[in-house]
Amino acid sequence: MSVLPYVVAAWLVLVGLYGIVTSRNLLHLVVCLAVMQSSSYLLLLSIGYVKDAEPPIFADVPPTTPAVDPIVQALTLTDVVVGTTVTALLLALAVQTHKRYGTLDPEELRPKRPQA
Amino acid sequence: MADLSPLAVAIPLVVAAVLVGAAVVLPRPVVDAASLAAAIGVAVLCALVLSDVADGRVVYWFGGWTPRHGAAVGVSFAIDEIGAGLALFVALTFVGAFMFSWRYFVVVGPFFHALMLVFLAAMVGFSFTGDLFNLFVFFELLSVSAYALVAYDIEEEGPIQGALNFAVTNSVGAFFILSGIALLYGRTGALNMAQIGQTLAGSHVDGLVVISFTLITVGFLTKAAVVPFHFWLADAYSVAPTPVCMLLSAAMSELGLYALARVYWTVFSGALGGGEESLQVVFISAGVLTALVGALLCFGARHLKRMLAFATIAQIGLFLTGLGLLDSGAMAGAALLVAADGCLKASLFVSVGALQHLFQSVDELRLRGRARRLRVTGPLVVLCALGVASLPPFGPWLGKALIEEAAGDAGYGWLPVVFVVTSALTSGALLRAAGRVFVGWGPRTDPIAAGAAAAPDEVDPELQYRHDRVPSTMTTPAVALAVAGLALGLVPGMREAALDAGAGFVDRSAYAAAVLHGVTGLQAEAETIQPGVGSVATGLLTVALALGLAAVALFRERAPGAVDRAETLAAGVLGRLRALQTSHAGDYVTWLTLGTATLAAIFALTLTS
Repeated sequence: MSVLPYVVAAWLVLVGLYGIVTSRNLLHLVVCLAVMQSSSYLLLLSIGYVKDAEPPIFADVPPTTPAVDPIVQALTLTDVVVGTTVTALLLALAVQTHKRYGTLDPEELRPKRPQA
Repeated sequence: MADLSPLAVAIPLVVAAVLVGAAVVLPRPVVDAASLAAAIGVAVLCALVLSDVADGRVVYWFGGWTPRHGAAVGVSFAIDEIGAGLALFVALTFVGAFMFSWRYFVVVGPFFHALMLVFLAAMVGFSFTGDLFNLFVFFELLSVSAYALVAYDIEEEGPIQGALNFAVTNSVGAFFILSGIALLYGRTGALNMAQIGQTLAGSHVDGLVVISFTLITVGFLTKAAVVPFHFWLADAYSVAPTPVCMLLSAAMSELGLYALARVYWTVFSGALGGGEESLQVVFISAGVLTALVGALLCFGARHLKRMLAFATIAQIGLFLTGLGLLDSGAMAGAALLVAADGCLKASLFVSVGALQHLFQSVDELRLRGRARRLRVTGPLVVLCALGVASLPPFGPWLGKALIEEAAGDAGYGWLPVVFVVTSALTSGALLRAAGRVFVGWGPRTDPIAAGAAAAPDEVDPELQYRHDRVPSTMTTPAVALAVAGLALGLVPGMREAALDAGAGFVDRSAYAAAVLHGVTGLQAEAETIQPGVGSVATGLLTVALALGLAAVALFRERAPGAVDRAETLAAGVLGRLRALQTSHAGDYVTWLTLGTATLAAIFALTLTS
């Protein structure tokens, strides 16, 4: 099993986090969050991947044939749905922010005084 | 009866779908009645399940996919007393919230009710589930409905900002949880919590287990708003509609801690049990820090919803120290404290909502003396505040007493001091606000609250109506919740039942036997803890301190000079703490990353074997 997918997954987390922390535009921030979430798709799929194996459909092959793990694709699919929901909601909030404040820059949205 | 548990999740989801589908034709009273009925139905189901689990855990396998030869293939609900009790508490809070929103919103579409019902279903499922991935799905479902509910007044400025910070930080947390679950699945090939726990138990603790434990812990601590993952909470809770606040503050944060405890005891305790002492130190330090930060900010607040939000953070810190003792007695105490304090906080939010309904403001200084004529709400707030200060023998006192006794046994004899300080500051702030708002005591300005954010005057068109009295749909839930929270300490047998539940909760092998082999009769020996004179004394001391703090804040002109110096010091600390509350998602995620790195380093150094 190659270690490359895990390295890429870790890289995606780091760039996503960096993007969120330094973002100057809410749309960019939401996309960075999506980038970070895509790391979990990669992580899940690489955990279930088996080299030289069949897809997990045993209609015309004997049940003992090596196959990739069918569970992780279900998990990934759920994760994609969840990620899309969050992204959609955040984008709606970004649109509303722009309507209300006329800017998408979190620095300009910073309240003048600390909010406590 | 076990077959009833999925209904408690299905019913609210179906009703929510019907409400949205038939949105055009349904008049408002039907929507209100249907959602209230659904919440009551869920509460009844949860009560039935709770009475059922008294004889042993209830395990329900979806689609009849029971384990074969001790290996779980299906997805299950695995319900014990704490899970069922939590679900019942959540459902009852929802009943109160739906009653309250009946008159709170002048205009409200069925979408609000539908979102609330989805929120309810997710919370109940979250308390019942025995499957790690299922836990994540319910976690996301309740998070997303909470983001949408916080942003419900979408035309306002505050809610957009609050919801945005809330959604960004919590999504990062949820992503961490999923990554942790994926790593565990890669190691064990299982998603059932009992199964993972069995596979991990006694195995070598390596980097992968430590990293997945760190990721899952951080995710749940973010939801629970433990320092330094807490910044989003005040932004979100202070802008959400009041019925939503009740649930966020009474139940949602607590669910984060519940999940942490559940996952620790069922999944990790077998593998990480050797590092128990360092885990205790980490969780208790985080809890103490959270409690003190929350309590100070609570005392320095003037925006009443923010005050309650910071009180929530302070309470979460206390709950975390209870869990962090990793002891069944402390677990029982924490569970009681969550239920009792949760009811009181929900009741306080209802009272604040009533003030908002009548006076279009939630600002302590602006409301000074304006609520004199509220003969029920005022005393009720004082009663809740005294409950929060753990007046013996009421609910919060009993919970804290159990935790304090367990802390003494575990060598943390100094923890009661933290409990006294935290509860006295929180309750003192509430009493001060009550004295100012309902009686008109105290000056018009407040040096402690000088730097605090003022509450904006309400411009919400939905609330722009003049009302002359508090409707009974608002007083009833406030009274009922307050009575429930206080009476929890008076119910005979409650202490023994809680200790029993705590003992079952921390018993990993009994949990695994019930889930994987269907053996439910195993019952761990419960501890016997009898709160002593010491606990009564700390309870009374807390009440006295709280009253003293409130009195000093209200009658400062007559206070001695030492108070001035203490005040300057407190104002300095508060200024620093407030400066961190930047309301900027990027800053909050920076703190989250720092916290994660620190936890990962500590766990890697102390837990690996």
